[in-house]
Amino acid sequence: MTELSKKDALVQYAAQIGDNGLIIGHRMSEWCFRAPALEMEIALMNCALDLIGQARELYTYAAVTQDEGKSEDDFAYLRDEQDFRNLLLTEVPNGDWGDTIVRLFLMSAYNKLFYTALANSKDAQLAAIGAKSIKEVIYHQRFSSEWLIRLGDGTPESHDRVQKSLDTLWAYTGELFTMTDAETLLLADGIAVDVTALKADWDQVVSDVLTQATLTVPADLWPQLGSKAEGRHTEHFGFIITDMQFMQRRYPGCEW
Amino acid sequence: MTEKEWPLWEVFIRSKAGLDHKHCGSVHASDAEMAMEAARDVYTRRSEGISIWVVPSNAISASKPEDKESLFEPADDKIYRHPTFYDIPKGAGKM
Repeated sequence: MTELSKKDALVQYAAQIGDNGLIIGHRMSEWCFRAPALEMEIALMNCALDLIGQARELYTYAAVTQDEGKSEDDFAYLRDEQDFRNLLLTEVPNGDWGDTIVRLFLMSAYNKLFYTALANSKDAQLAAIGAKSIKEVIYHQRFSSEWLIRLGDGTPESHDRVQKSLDTLWAYTGELFTMTDAETLLLADGIAVDVTALKADWDQVVSDVLTQATLTVPADLWPQLGSKAEGRHTEHFGFIITDMQFMQRRYPGCEW
Repeated sequence: MTEKEWPLWEVFIRSKAGLDHKHCGSVHASDAEMAMEAARDVYTRRSEGISIWVVPSNAISASKPEDKESLFEPADDKIYRHPTFYDIPKGAGKM
């Protein structure tokens, strides 16, 4: 196996963080015209646009670093399934409102810790993207926490259903705290975030909100892994990029 | 399953420091915290505000449209209630 250069590692790293934003942002955008209330639809679209905005900045930085004449669009629209290294948690289907809220909550709690750490990166551009994104994800965490508390501490039906959402999605949270080779390489230079070190804080934030929501923290069983390290996705992922990339694949270079 | 609408809240936004909060619309929400978030998401997404008030709509007592004549029309011919009705003496200078 060839040695990973620092440049390639940085491209991979920026793109991989961007993948998280793009894929969860796309999932949230699927609620457009389908949310249970106008207020909730706009809230989710605001979150989606924040997350896709983060992806754009990261893809642009990846493209500039790569220096092969590519743009953010190449990263979003012209890569294949295995090139995407988003966390599996971001790609699983929206499910019902409770599933969507639980996913957003688990991911936002992580994003807040992650971007806070990234803001201290020795890489100035990543640090700037981190600092800007913190404000956005703090609101996502607030919005999803308030919903989670109301669903968990709501009716017996909402409690049981959202506990089930949590139990199902929990298997995907192990991957949040795994390191890729690129991350390990960049961590030595103070560029990448040590995500293994975020776990204790994340556990604390999550269990505080779940306690308020009268929900039970699921046990850490066998984690679902594969996308972040190797681009091995769930069976749902292909449908996302089929939908998302259709225009650029069908009409290459199309602009509007 | 019971179909229940969330209560209605009136939203007031202060657009910048020094200005008053102005009524800008309403949202449906289960409680004050959720109404605050809904107001943020619906009414400040284009940087319209720096402060939000939400008030339960049913806490507002409003005048009745049919009382319009007796409440407001009597003021229409009392033009002397406007400062512009009075001539300012030259010696007073600019007001």
